Amino acid sequence: MRSKVVFRRLLRNNQARYGFVALVLLVGLAYVGPFFGAYDWTDKDFLSFLSPPGGDHWWGTTSIGQDMYAVTLRGMQKSIIIGLLVALISTGLAAVVGAFAGYFGGWVDRVLMWGVDLLLVLPSFLVIAIISPRLREGTWLWFVALLAAFSWMITSRVVRSMTLSLREREYVLAAVYMGIPRWKIIFRHIVPNLSSLLIIDATLNVSGAIIGEAALSFFGFGIQPPDVSLGTLIATGSGNATGYPWLFAFPAGLLVALVLSVNLIGDGLRDALDPGSNT
Amino acid sequence: MGKYLLRRLAINVILVAIAASLAYMLAATTMNPRAAYEGRQPPVPEAVIDATLDAYNLNDKTPVLVRYATWAKGVVTGDFGKTWNGGSVNGEMGRRIMVSLRLLLIGTLLGFALGVVLGAVSAVKQYKFSDRLIGVSSFVIMAIPVFVLATLLAIATYNLNRGLGFTLIEYTGEYNPRLSGWDQFVNRLNHLILPTISLSLGSIAFYSRIQRNMMLDVLGQDFVRTAMAKGLRRRTALTKHALRTALIPSATYFAFAFGTMFTGATFTEKIFAWHGMGAWLVDSINQNDVNSVAAVTFFAAVCILFASFLSDLLVAALDPRVRVS
Amino acid sequence: MSILQVKDLTVTFPGGIEAVRGVSYEVERGEVLGIVGESGSGKSVTSLAVMGLLPKNAVVDGSVQLHGQELLGMKEDDLVKVRGKSISMIFQDPLSAFTPVFTIGDQIAEAVRVHQKVGKDKAAKRAVELLDLVGIPNPNLRAKAFPHEFSGGMRQRAMIAMAIANDPDLLICDEPTTALDVTIQAQVLEVLKTAQQETGAGIVMITHDLGVIAGMADRVLVMYAGRPVEQGPVEDIYYRPRMPYTMGLLASIPRVDGEEGPLVPIDGNPPSPAALPPGCPFAPRCPMKVDMCDDEEPPLTPFGGGRHVACIRAHEIEHKNLTGTDVFPVPVIPPNEVVRVPRAERPTVLELDELIRHYPLMKGAVFKRRVGTVYAVDGISLDIAEGETLALVGESGCGKTTTLQQIMQLQPPQGGRVVVLGRNSAELDKAARKALRGDLQIVFQDPMAALDPRMPIGDIIAEPLRAHGVKDDVRGKVAELLRLVGLAPEHAERYPQQFSGGQRQRIGIARALALEPKLLVLDEPVSALDVSIQAGVINLLEELKNRLGLSYLFVAHDLAVVRHLADRVAVMYLGRIAEIGAVENVYDRPAHPYTQALLSAIPLPDPEMERTRKRILLEGDLPSPADPPSGCRFRTRCPKFARLSEAERRRCVDEEPSVARLTRAVDHGAACHYAEEIEVITASENQEEE
Repeated sequence: MRSKVVFRRLLRNNQARYGFVALVLLVGLAYVGPFFGAYDWTDKDFLSFLSPPGGDHWWGTTSIGQDMYAVTLRGMQKSIIIGLLVALISTGLAAVVGAFAGYFGGWVDRVLMWGVDLLLVLPSFLVIAIISPRLREGTWLWFVALLAAFSWMITSRVVRSMTLSLREREYVLAAVYMGIPRWKIIFRHIVPNLSSLLIIDATLNVSGAIIGEAALSFFGFGIQPPDVSLGTLIATGSGNATGYPWLFAFPAGLLVALVLSVNLIGDGLRDALDPGSNT
Repeated sequence: MGKYLLRRLAINVILVAIAASLAYMLAATTMNPRAAYEGRQPPVPEAVIDATLDAYNLNDKTPVLVRYATWAKGVVTGDFGKTWNGGSVNGEMGRRIMVSLRLLLIGTLLGFALGVVLGAVSAVKQYKFSDRLIGVSSFVIMAIPVFVLATLLAIATYNLNRGLGFTLIEYTGEYNPRLSGWDQFVNRLNHLILPTISLSLGSIAFYSRIQRNMMLDVLGQDFVRTAMAKGLRRRTALTKHALRTALIPSATYFAFAFGTMFTGATFTEKIFAWHGMGAWLVDSINQNDVNSVAAVTFFAAVCILFASFLSDLLVAALDPRVRVS
Repeated sequence: MSILQVKDLTVTFPGGIEAVRGVSYEVERGEVLGIVGESGSGKSVTSLAVMGLLPKNAVVDGSVQLHGQELLGMKEDDLVKVRGKSISMIFQDPLSAFTPVFTIGDQIAEAVRVHQKVGKDKAAKRAVELLDLVGIPNPNLRAKAFPHEFSGGMRQRAMIAMAIANDPDLLICDEPTTALDVTIQAQVLEVLKTAQQETGAGIVMITHDLGVIAGMADRVLVMYAGRPVEQGPVEDIYYRPRMPYTMGLLASIPRVDGEEGPLVPIDGNPPSPAALPPGCPFAPRCPMKVDMCDDEEPPLTPFGGGRHVACIRAHEIEHKNLTGTDVFPVPVIPPNEVVRVPRAERPTVLELDELIRHYPLMKGAVFKRRVGTVYAVDGISLDIAEGETLALVGESGCGKTTTLQQIMQLQPPQGGRVVVLGRNSAELDKAARKALRGDLQIVFQDPMAALDPRMPIGDIIAEPLRAHGVKDDVRGKVAELLRLVGLAPEHAERYPQQFSGGQRQRIGIARALALEPKLLVLDEPVSALDVSIQAGVINLLEELKNRLGLSYLFVAHDLAVVRHLADRVAVMYLGRIAEIGAVENVYDRPAHPYTQALLSAIPLPDPEMERTRKRILLEGDLPSPADPPSGCRFRTRCPKFARLSEAERRRCVDEEPSVARLTRAVDHGAACHYAEEIEVITASENQEEE
């Protein structure tokens, strides 16, 4: 019932609609696009190094003869998956930790929030940068886990403070006075009533994670070769951006488009989920 | 109050200690400073390498806990040890903090001030052209990661300079050491233009969104209506009553950003070749520089805790509702 | 010559929502016009439209003339010269109506400086004078305080000071006392009368409280669904209402001087402004409805003697001299079987013995630290016999909510004992506590907050059943509960947002009854509801009690509702019980000065009685529960203490009184060293003189 209303409001919101269309197109491009290209992303064309965009190689080639179109789309797939997974894990973690800390209070709260403080104090960039290249033999999933581990703390604080006010709501008290166990109350009454916040947060976390991955990969601390992501492509491209602009323009442009569309949806969701807003 | 401050200080000291120690252990167990010496031509005898590394407390043949103890003893007395090639970490840190400060101060302040102004304008003119323009621009800017933005700026300047035939805007480094006096000062300012733009554009966009949302929250509130019922013009009611109240959350963010700015500009520093704290973060990892990694972590942790304290203080100063009576 | 003339005012919000549909009235100098109506009737929107303070997307039509000058469509440059100068407004919630980051003094001085060419110092001085005028102690000091440092009553006084800063011709008061406790309300209304004398202004008084209007207004306008349905001199409206809605409204209010018998509710809910019925908007709820009512909306027509009525059967009502109880069906409530047994022989369902609950008082968001102790509940004793309703009354901050939480938690109290159905809460293990929860349930105040907005109401009502392991036929039981509280079982699929306030409260009651409890705790169950809806819920509670043999602990601040529903009443003040006893004893012969003041502060919906009543006004605000006065906690505000001799006072200062049984009565006790039973509700000024 409510989700239908939210969806209707979302579609009525211009920003969100554009964002939605753009995202669908981008995801479509990333996953369907490779079937139309002439080259696989692992192929190397030894006849054309660094050739500009043209008939054979739509988006040009790299310095080792890879087809930019195929490589960029491959990188985009990786970025999208990383973004989604990180957002899912970190928002889930934030919800659980924040709700438990806020609802239980006392020493549970103190221990959990102390952990949050510690993670906030640790420079995430540094820790991921040191660990992730050394997990070469491990999969990129490790990288996802690391990114997620360092991106949930602020949200969990927000969740905690909202839980503190929800805890005093009469329907939560009613559940307590019925004798319902506390963990059940958290999952039945607290977390669902934070869903607006969590949905918005998850959406914005997607774009945050995509940027985060690209930023780390930019310095070579993220996705490791031979695998590619938008970040690694931008890193290589930016070095030669003045001479061979296509190496930089395509991955950077797609990254910006991806982040922008997700952000637009996130902002539209905020409007649609907030009953006080006047859109 | 004294007791509270002491408790908070104690907790913060523990947090910093744990953070720095974790970073040290992580760096000391995974990094390999020996590599920098082993690959040399002509080859350096192992005994010499060992001696050098021992002198810097970087020898992987020494048990990690022993190295940690040596390091920790130094830190307690205010000595962060030696860099991978024997320089003083303390000296390096001092130099780099000043570089970062010179680079970031203007950008941070400018970003906040312009962002708040644009956000307020946007809120007052909600759904008008200027609001839409500011909104769309800030969305686009926020979607551009700083390393893309900085690269774009560098490319644009490169092309501009080439087109003009002379260097109008500098795009790399902090200053030209060959100049002196007034010329050097102007040259320094010139070097600041690009990094400042790349830093402040993002924060302008960020603060303008926050300030707009906060203003809109406040605009619908009763006290703005009261101010108008008194006979104030809408504009006066908005700027005096609404803006002042809506400034509190933005200022909190600002205080936090101000505290953490030293380590926050990694990309800008790297791309425009300023040797500040942010660049050190990347350099120290690439150089397997264990003691520097720990020192950066220590510094960053102190900055974050200081920033959160600063933002608490600022809120208390701006909002009488939380002020200590 | 009238100051303000409103003609055919309409307000339309986007989406075609007609909030106000043709309001006309005039206000003259020194006159008080009362506008009454329930929530959503358009009364507040009307006043905001007059001030030109509606959001831009509202379309306002008609005419608003101040001294013959048209205000609608006026340019902002001219409008700002009128606002705050000729017309001032007093808002309902004085906390949110002041800017939190500026001092009260600055905000009042600002109002002065907008319209008068005076310097900053002079304006500040004027602000202090104004604060003094509205009775704020130490105005010099208090002018430098921030809004959150004021109590609700003080803030509303400051609001009045700001409104009269420029000597306005017209004051619009939008529910000025709704957020306040009764004794504070009485003070603020007094200040408002002073302000009117001081400025000679006309007043538009908007409220849902028929008692306040009865005491203040010269003329009354009754609004329903965005339109006036009746208008006239106050006596006519109260004693000779000619529109069924007004008649029903007057019949549905519980009265503190009221007689026994069920209240007369108005069935149904006010229509949504987005979906008005054809014809008369009140027709669907009107017992006098005839087919013609659906044809067209009756206009507000003159009725003689300055009265206007919008009802096609008004003349018939006049002719037959009908009243609300003649027209509206009076519900029949089955008698209570349990109370036939004498109280002493019935089992005790709840016993509190010297219950204590203290909180640490924390201060500062940045430098959080303990600065003292809040003595929220400081030794209270009471008991409830089976089949009985005990009301716990008192103003905000008296500790009634804390008491209730202490009972509901079923945990060992900090001090004293809580015994529920013979089981001491300190001696319960986990299983026993859970079992006992089935017998002890609660209905909350805010029907909006009490139901999880993300659950269909069927699940909400089934939740306690499932929690207590009921597996079979949960759906059937839910349907039965819905029927019991007067809702349709088909509604189980819907979400709380789809119900009106009264219906939600019924859902809350159904949930509380699911486990067939013996003792029901009612936390202000009707205070958030409109009067016409409130009557229905009160009747339902009474009926359920009698049918199911329940006992109630009824927590409330509305003494009129309490008189109607309760058998016994305990009056709390600052964490202690001031007076306790059977309702008729406490109401007719209150012995504690606080109870006396409380009862005399409640406005009666009866203009003549209300205007001739003798009032006991209390001085100042409730002291902080963190720092209660020594000895008797009420002495700082006690009118009796003020009249005592020095020697007698010593006892009040040194010795804390405890509840002592009054010699003449069986069930009546008061915690006052100098308790003296007097009659206050109907006491008039004239009687005193005789």
